[in-house]
Amino acid sequence: MKQVITRNLSEATGNVTNEESSSAGCHSQFTEMHPPLDTHSALVESDRCYFCFDAPCIQACPTGINVPNFIRMISNHNPLGAAEAILQENIMGGTCARVCPVETLCEQACVRNTDGDKPIQIGLLQRYAVDTAMQAGETFFTRAPDSGYSVGVVGGGPSGLSCAHRLATLGHQVVVYEAREKTGGLNEYGLAAYKMVNNFAQREVDYITAIGNIDIRHGMKLGDNIDLAEIRAAHDAVFLAVGLGACNAIGLTGENSSGVENAVDYIRQLRQAEDLFKLPVGSQVVVIGGGMTAVDIAAQIRLLGAHEVTIVYRRGAEHMKASVMEQEFAQTHDVRIMHWAQPMQLLVEQQQVVGVEFKSTNMVHQSQEKFVLQADMVFKAIGQSLEFIDRDHGIEFKNDSGRLWVDAERRTSHSGIWAGGDCIRDSEDLTVSAVQDGKLAAQSIHRFLNGIRD
Amino acid sequence: MADLTANFIGIKSPNPFWLASAPPTDKAYNVIRAFEAGWGGVVWKTLGEDGPPVVNVAGPRYSALYGKDRSVIGLNNIELITDRPLETNLQEIAQVKRDWPDRAVVVSLMVPCEESAWQSILPRVEATGADGIELNFGCPHGMSERGMGAAVGQVPKYVEMVTAWCKYYSRLPVIVKLTPNITDIRHAARAAKRGGADAVSMINTINSIMSVDLDQLVVTPTVEGKGTHGGYCGPAVKPIAMHMVADVARDSECQGLPISAIGGISNWRDATEFMAIGASNVQVCTAAMTYGFKIIDDMVDGLSRFLKRKKMSSLEGIIGAAIPSVTDWQYLNLNYAVKAQINQDLCIKCGRCYIVCEDTSHQAIIATQKNNERHYVVNNKECVGCNLCVSVCPVENCMSLYELHDELDERTGKIVTGEYQNWTQHPNNPMA
Repeated sequence: MKQVITRNLSEATGNVTNEESSSAGCHSQFTEMHPPLDTHSALVESDRCYFCFDAPCIQACPTGINVPNFIRMISNHNPLGAAEAILQENIMGGTCARVCPVETLCEQACVRNTDGDKPIQIGLLQRYAVDTAMQAGETFFTRAPDSGYSVGVVGGGPSGLSCAHRLATLGHQVVVYEAREKTGGLNEYGLAAYKMVNNFAQREVDYITAIGNIDIRHGMKLGDNIDLAEIRAAHDAVFLAVGLGACNAIGLTGENSSGVENAVDYIRQLRQAEDLFKLPVGSQVVVIGGGMTAVDIAAQIRLLGAHEVTIVYRRGAEHMKASVMEQEFAQTHDVRIMHWAQPMQLLVEQQQVVGVEFKSTNMVHQSQEKFVLQADMVFKAIGQSLEFIDRDHGIEFKNDSGRLWVDAERRTSHSGIWAGGDCIRDSEDLTVSAVQDGKLAAQSIHRFLNGIRD
Repeated sequence: MADLTANFIGIKSPNPFWLASAPPTDKAYNVIRAFEAGWGGVVWKTLGEDGPPVVNVAGPRYSALYGKDRSVIGLNNIELITDRPLETNLQEIAQVKRDWPDRAVVVSLMVPCEESAWQSILPRVEATGADGIELNFGCPHGMSERGMGAAVGQVPKYVEMVTAWCKYYSRLPVIVKLTPNITDIRHAARAAKRGGADAVSMINTINSIMSVDLDQLVVTPTVEGKGTHGGYCGPAVKPIAMHMVADVARDSECQGLPISAIGGISNWRDATEFMAIGASNVQVCTAAMTYGFKIIDDMVDGLSRFLKRKKMSSLEGIIGAAIPSVTDWQYLNLNYAVKAQINQDLCIKCGRCYIVCEDTSHQAIIATQKNNERHYVVNNKECVGCNLCVSVCPVENCMSLYELHDELDERTGKIVTGEYQNWTQHPNNPMA
């Protein structure tokens, strides 16, 4: 690709801090999206909680955390009690506190969401509690006596780790097959850098696996160097948490041109970059999509120094999967969001993308109006699909989405195989939902192993 | 501006707000700052007898009870009376009174319970030109163990005796400051009146241990690993002080005895409430020790606007205005009935009314669903009108009580006539 603008260090560091030094090659990090609460702020905020009867925030949490209970513990100087209550339901309470779209979950349900008021900052309070416990080295959980059973978990992301941890506490031996070098899945490779500063994903992995009896084997990719039959044969039960691999294509010619990138691939590079300043950054960037990945890539590429960043989405603001808060976050970082337009053609010169032609999709005007956005970098953020599961293994897929079919306990159609996380989800593809899948699957597997299937 | 001029037992001040005898009035420097800020008067921090000055601890003297936002709800202290030489205080009092003739300067005194001690100090105080004296019969710590302060205030006959000495040896008006650390404060107030007191001031601080430091397992404030009880004051004591003021104000034996109210007064509303139940003026300490002297601006402005709104031309209109509303339980009308009601437009569905009624009261609120939302309704068959739900509802005006008039009380199955019938007349009262 055409190289890329010369970045002005001070501009780029306006929101990028170099934790150790500013010299080249240092480990660079973004500052946090939401700074944490200190103890005093946490006490004041926790005191705002009404301790509702049958609180709606509990229902709104996919993992069912007893929110008023943990907030009351914080309020009474018992953050460790709060942390244990959180982690009992959601072992990734630390990540979820950072990345959950709370404005559409617990905080949306808060009764204080009235005209003149604002909801309790549940996410920040949860983070305060869990961070306090992690800093204190309090892990809370112990393993039950060895059951003699072994479970294979395919994928070391949120769902896989949640399942592995719960199984380990129940006394089972767990082997995690992880394709990549590091454990954590999208926590490590996919979430925006400004949500997961200070290597939090790896610190959380260490915190979770400290329970023991979780053997993580890296570089094991399903369908590549290991297959499902092998794993099933090696264990008493299997949990599939493979996520989604393949990025959806726009379906236009020129997608392989220089400057056209999958957003998730770029974010993965960004998250692993030793030096952020070595990443290629366009000057005029177009992001195609309307989900959280679109917002994440747009905001991050802007923070890295792109001059103009535009998200283009084929429908309206209210249809975007990125929450209103996320959209505002992008907009306050100088990202423009255009609605009701879909890409028609990638403009390419000498193998390098130079622009995108769009057509208006506004049904009201029926204008079919066309326009061109100049771009030296185009990100595709229009979703992913399930990459590879051995279709011969007899596991049922959902016809419409191509995701794996599971029942309420996260059992697949195949005996002894459970699944969870993004590979089963058509919607609500959130970290917190993945954690819940892992937890429910572990409980179901435990019942199965004990022969108490219901 | 309404006229806030106060005349308390002949002591005039431009407003009824005095600083109580306490650290803020320990020396001329503070008192002058208070007068510059606009305070109507001060009661100078308690003077003791001549001789070696009192010694205070050099460790912490105060400890606070906090709200979650670290707002000070209550404060306690183990400070003693002034630890400065008597003569220094007397000279400063004289100078301040000369410089601020329109402000009230009252001198608090605490000397041993011997006639000669009072006989000796009173002329010296009178010579300063001060407007009056306040007898400190209330301090609950340190001095009481030496037979002064609360040790006197807790024995009505001593209160009467010392008050009489002061009236005998001085021409100054005498205010007797009462301790709340007593079963029935009216006995001490009556004794003061018998002794010839011109007024009482109340309440002094309440015996208290503020807290235990749970890391070190010692009480606070901690002086080298030890703590002791101290005098408790601040917003948290206001309801206790209100009760005591009202008790004295409507006591038949205390009729005509003016009251200077003290006890958690932090703003014009608190002050006005105290005046409404019988205080002629008020004294403030903790609020000033929390925010400084500038709180006087709100007190003066707020009281002035209140009087104007109520079309009262002077303080006389408000003093005692609420006393007729205070009675004994046995005279409350048992045929008066109310029920709780929920304003569904304001309800935020927190369910607090439901759970407190269900768990701790009368099971008179029903939790149900309406349009897929949580919905709470009052069950009139069970509601006794206790006001708990109204008290705990976090939304102002969302829950309220309404009166039943000539209608069926579904709980009792009887028509509420409202006809006055108190316990002394009730058929269930064996004494009636």
